[in-house]
Amino acid sequence: MSPQATEGGAGGSAGLDPKSSTAASPPPPAFGRTLPSRGREARDSRITAGVIALGAIAILIGGAFVGLILEGVNDLSGAIAAFDGYLFRVARFTLWQAALSTLFSVVPALFVARALSRHPHFPGRGLILRLFAVPLALPAIVAALGVLALYGRAGYLAGLLTKISGGDWPGIYGLSGILVAHVFFNLPLATRLFLEALNAVPTDQWRLASQLGMSARAGFRLIEWPALRASLPGVAGLVFMLCITSFTIVLTLGGGPRASTLEVAIYQSLRFDFDPARAVALTLLQILLTLAVVAVLMRLGANVTGDANLSVAPRRYISSGRGETALDAALIALGLAFVAGPMLATVLSGLESDLMRLAGEATVQSAAATSLILACLAALLCVMLTLALAMARRALQLQRKAAGEKSFLEHMTDTGAGFVLVVPPIVIGAGWFVLLRHAGNVFALAPVMVVTVNAVMAMPFALRAVRPAYDAASERHERLCAQLGIRGWSRLRLIEWPVLRRPLSTAFAFAMALSLGDLGVIALFGSDSVQTLPYLLLARMGAYRTADAAGLALLLGLICLALMALADRLGKDTAQ
Amino acid sequence: MNSPMRPGGVDIRLEEVTFTYEDMRMRFDATIEAGQITSVMGASGAGKSTFLNLVAGFETATSGRVLIGGADVTAAPPSARPISMVFQENNLFAHLTVEQNVGLGRSPALKLAEADRTDIADALGRTGLAGKERRLPRELSGGERQRVAIARVLVRDRPVLLLDEPFASLGPALREDMVDLVMSVHRERGMTVVFVTHQPEDARRIGGNLLFLEQGKVIAAGKTEEFFGKNGPEAFRNYIGTGNAEPQSQEFARKPT
Repeated sequence: MSPQATEGGAGGSAGLDPKSSTAASPPPPAFGRTLPSRGREARDSRITAGVIALGAIAILIGGAFVGLILEGVNDLSGAIAAFDGYLFRVARFTLWQAALSTLFSVVPALFVARALSRHPHFPGRGLILRLFAVPLALPAIVAALGVLALYGRAGYLAGLLTKISGGDWPGIYGLSGILVAHVFFNLPLATRLFLEALNAVPTDQWRLASQLGMSARAGFRLIEWPALRASLPGVAGLVFMLCITSFTIVLTLGGGPRASTLEVAIYQSLRFDFDPARAVALTLLQILLTLAVVAVLMRLGANVTGDANLSVAPRRYISSGRGETALDAALIALGLAFVAGPMLATVLSGLESDLMRLAGEATVQSAAATSLILACLAALLCVMLTLALAMARRALQLQRKAAGEKSFLEHMTDTGAGFVLVVPPIVIGAGWFVLLRHAGNVFALAPVMVVTVNAVMAMPFALRAVRPAYDAASERHERLCAQLGIRGWSRLRLIEWPVLRRPLSTAFAFAMALSLGDLGVIALFGSDSVQTLPYLLLARMGAYRTADAAGLALLLGLICLALMALADRLGKDTAQ
Repeated sequence: MNSPMRPGGVDIRLEEVTFTYEDMRMRFDATIEAGQITSVMGASGAGKSTFLNLVAGFETATSGRVLIGGADVTAAPPSARPISMVFQENNLFAHLTVEQNVGLGRSPALKLAEADRTDIADALGRTGLAGKERRLPRELSGGERQRVAIARVLVRDRPVLLLDEPFASLGPALREDMVDLVMSVHRERGMTVVFVTHQPEDARRIGGNLLFLEQGKVIAAGKTEEFFGKNGPEAFRNYIGTGNAEPQSQEFARKPT
């Protein structure tokens, strides 16, 4: 072993030890093997990994656009003709339902959040907040079923609602169903985000308020409302964005052409009417719409991945009167009932179904197996892409040093990943569908499409778990690794993996839950030969086998919740 | 160690090296003698760490050349330079054992042969860490952690050792022990040691040479004892706070004992 007999760096000059330059060159020592020949500027393998990941994402999204553009060019007149009254009616309904959903989610959320923040010792407050996190983790189709089980024509509340409305309860399909389901998802989300904003108010402001003898009303006007108002545009924008790209809810609860959104119309035009020209027109409109919303959102500085970090509630110094306390309690109870209702209905109706028979059914078993395998693969791919992007971003940032401008590549690894949210899965699916339909059986591609699209869609969320952990580890290890020449695979195995195991597991569980519950791409590409649990659920619903659907929904909901709880837990342990 | 060559040291030359950090333009011209210990001193922000980083390869000179043992390493990455470095903190990977942390000095992929393991055990014994091979860094004291870093220097066995205020967070007595350890390692291996410190008593204890930096320049260089003598450079005496009063400095130097 002769560690110091190394070759010169850049100049290709003689050995560092003058003696060794005259003697025959000794065999390269262990570390000499990895000496980059181009010196310092040698490409970091982490950047290569990031470039590969970005390339894969670009192919996935780009391929979809190529498909859409080719189709549009091929059938230009058809695509133009597709911009007809129907298309604009669908677009108008898309916007209308999103606007109403946002209104009904955000305005009540303001009051519920305020009530929760005013009463940090409200009994069961922690439990309520945890319950409010559940809809985020629940697959949309499960929630849709829960809403139907509660408010549907044969739902648990149908009797009561019949009495109230006087006539026959018509069920909850159409706009009302869509609104209820969207509010079920977004009211808790908005509440948590508003509560976060309220918790960010410095305790000193409250101390001052109480010292000045502010009433509850003045406290709201001078302290709470400014905090809420600041986060209002971002929260409302986020909810609007989620509602405008909502697919599953509208597919399962919307009724016919009168209550259809662009995404559902894309699906119908490909699966039922087989009218690719119309699909292209619809997709174009959908992309323009989401782009416009995202542009506004960026302006507002909204947190597009929408997750709230709830800290411990700070102490409140303004005491509430008895009347106000009662009102707040009623508000919280109402919000709770609205959110817990469909969940409870899902559990009850699921338990009523013949779970044992369902579990023994070969179709169910194979759908469950397919779901798990595809979700695992999607999560694995997601974690790999995420890690590659996180590493490349950090490596580029270090190369740039403090002063320089960010390169295009660094921007792509940094914010670029968030842009995948702009392109709804259905759009990517539709693009590949029209591109590949000439190439043979598109349905055979279902597994590939589901895995890749779901992996990429979960990436912005996975990045939130992985990137801070990676950056913190790099902060500690970067110089040491550079000094000791630990890089590439060795670095990944010896240094990164032990440190990042937990955040990567968090990202994996999260991505897996998202993928398991997703009914987007599989709705387009699914068939009898490749079906996942959500796809089977949709099929059973379509065949009016409501009990089966309820049983499957319970199963799917529980798996997703368990995975999300696991992700949450792993994430919390990392933070400590 | 069974190194074919007696490591000895190599000289380090910075030839008109310029570097800009934030608003400060630095320009270093210096020669560090082979096989000697050279302390680098100067006020905070004088450029001590930048000086060391330029030698180590963590910073790249805007212009000028860095030569180690006559070879131009100006553009070489840190791991390609014949250097071991001990930082003030984060010298160890928290999830790896003492033995693994030392082993990384021999193989960055941690592929260790039997002979390597023997060397690692020797180095750990030499630094007073025998019996702690399986510990994790968090189970060690601050001083022990820096000993692990020095054990790694021993197995890495490179002709240059850079120390960037490695003992700054240790108490005075412990710091003296560590300085003595560095000196004995230097006696044994004869490598070129560059020691950045802001403790005059450390530099004094070490002896050897001294570079004094001010505002991104080496403004004085020479034997350490001359710096502390009656005719030491004025800027240096102002820095250590003795002014012209030589006796005070002696008192100061004695204080830790």
